[in-house]
Amino acid sequence: MGGLTAAMFLFLIASGLSLIFGVLRVLNFAHGSFYMLGAYLAWQIVHWVTTATGHFWLAAIGAAAGVAILGGVIERCLFRYLYDREELYQLLFTYALVLILGDAAKFAWGTEQLSVSRPSLLNGGFEILGTIVPYYNVFIIATGPLIALGVWLMLTRTGLGRMVRAAALDREMLDALGANVGWLYTGMFMLSSALAGLAGALVTPIQGIVPGMDVEIIVQAFIVVVIGGLGSFWGTFWGSVLYGQVLSFGILVFPGFSLFSVFALMAVILIVRPWGLFGRPIR
Amino acid sequence: MKNLAARVPWTLVVFLLALTIPWLGGRYYTFLATQIVIYALFALSLNLLLGVTGLVSFGHVAYFGIGAYFCGILMKTLGVPFFIAFPAAGLGTGLFALVFGYFCVRLTKIYFAMLTLAFSQIVWAICFKWNDVTGGDQGLPDVPFPDLHWIASLPGFSHFRIGDQFYFLALVLVMLCVAALRRLQSSPFGRVLTTIRENRERAAFVGVNVRRYELAAFTVAGIFAGFSGALFGIFNRGVFADYVFWSKSADVMIMTILGGMNHFWGPAVGAAVLTILNQQITSYTEYWPFVLGTILVLLLFVFPGGIMGALDAGWTRLRHRRSNA
Repeated sequence: MGGLTAAMFLFLIASGLSLIFGVLRVLNFAHGSFYMLGAYLAWQIVHWVTTATGHFWLAAIGAAAGVAILGGVIERCLFRYLYDREELYQLLFTYALVLILGDAAKFAWGTEQLSVSRPSLLNGGFEILGTIVPYYNVFIIATGPLIALGVWLMLTRTGLGRMVRAAALDREMLDALGANVGWLYTGMFMLSSALAGLAGALVTPIQGIVPGMDVEIIVQAFIVVVIGGLGSFWGTFWGSVLYGQVLSFGILVFPGFSLFSVFALMAVILIVRPWGLFGRPIR
Repeated sequence: MKNLAARVPWTLVVFLLALTIPWLGGRYYTFLATQIVIYALFALSLNLLLGVTGLVSFGHVAYFGIGAYFCGILMKTLGVPFFIAFPAAGLGTGLFALVFGYFCVRLTKIYFAMLTLAFSQIVWAICFKWNDVTGGDQGLPDVPFPDLHWIASLPGFSHFRIGDQFYFLALVLVMLCVAALRRLQSSPFGRVLTTIRENRERAAFVGVNVRRYELAAFTVAGIFAGFSGALFGIFNRGVFADYVFWSKSADVMIMTILGGMNHFWGPAVGAAVLTILNQQITSYTEYWPFVLGTILVLLLFVFPGGIMGALDAGWTRLRHRRSNA
């Protein structure tokens, strides 16, 4: 159960990472930083509006919006000038963002652990098989698939989604057909950032907010994306579920080696199917 | 003018200049120089992939770490002398690079970068968790220094401390590696690698087995990264899982492009500049990553050719102006 909750968080983050990869063909290291900023922003908003009812929800939405705007600005002002450069420059640019945003967060919020209490609506929990399951975890487990479904519907059933998929296949052709590819990319970048920010805000009642959570999560999200298949949406979903289960059952089977079992899974998949469980082979 | 510059044996000149550091500066400078020399080899080995072959390896730190662990385990746990452990570390690392590279060169571009990153993560997890062999999160502290008393018996070298002696050893070994790398890059083999960077399809068309060449480059780069890691483990008096963390891969990449990856000496220049900057800036502020990130953004947008690229451009402009006047 704990594994499933962790998996849903991971999915929220990894889906944004996968979305960006699918469209822009770049591994966005800064995705973890957006997640961390989402958490810090949520804390900040909760502390500004402590008295208002439903302040947690306000904070979650505010964090997602704030991070989306930041992502949009970065894409619009800097990142888009690197699209026609080599992958190396794009990768290193997102790494530069990790360094800058990580230190900026340290500067703004210090290095102490911060935390946010659960929304009062979801306090408490119920008992299954002798263990107490908090309502908040149930909420997270329900939210993950809901967002998955939403994004998947958007990608496959709407005109916008069609454009996104077209942009992933052939950017120039779509541009020539008159679509505004520049803003489409900005929009996707913002959507992906918003997912990261939302995940960051939602994780605050469960985990403390600390510097370094950006690097920790990006490594995990990276593994998920590799397992599930790059740029494959459902691959990311099942990759997260598998990751969460392997991690929590790994603790039961070989204590102390759970991290290792996840990496072993990734290694096997890389060797047998380098394009991931749900990805398509690329040449 | 160009011909004259080309005729200077730069490797020898750099070696002789670097050799004087323990005479000129204090202990601190020798310490800094040792670090620079080791990182320079690491960055140069990466550039064989990045600049020469055009392969974006985001997991090069794995081979640095494997070399460090190999040498550390051989010397500390098994008590093997340095002059056996060092070449063994290089060969062992090469073997790993060969196996990982076999899978990596099946992919290209960003997928290659991600697979190399994934392998380096796996290596990190093993180093971090395999307590019995790698010491896990405690690492392998107190890797012994090689026996270097013979250096003191050389004429003029008698007054040096162990740190200076190790610097001489590292310098000689690194310079041998650098000479080998330079030779390799100007050999027909190196030319083929450059051909692959410029155009994979055409290289394949003229009959080059692209993957085999890429795998060879990957392995050779791994061996030299292993050598630099082996030296670094001894220099730092210990080997820790930190060495293999993925952000180190990015750091060495920054060195390479800071110096300029289109120039042989670029990565070494980048290693020197970045190491000195790091030492200077961390004494003023704890926000070194912020500074590094800013440098990196400037580099990507303003000076994509790095320091050597900018110098080259400046030099060319100067000559044009002179010939016009």
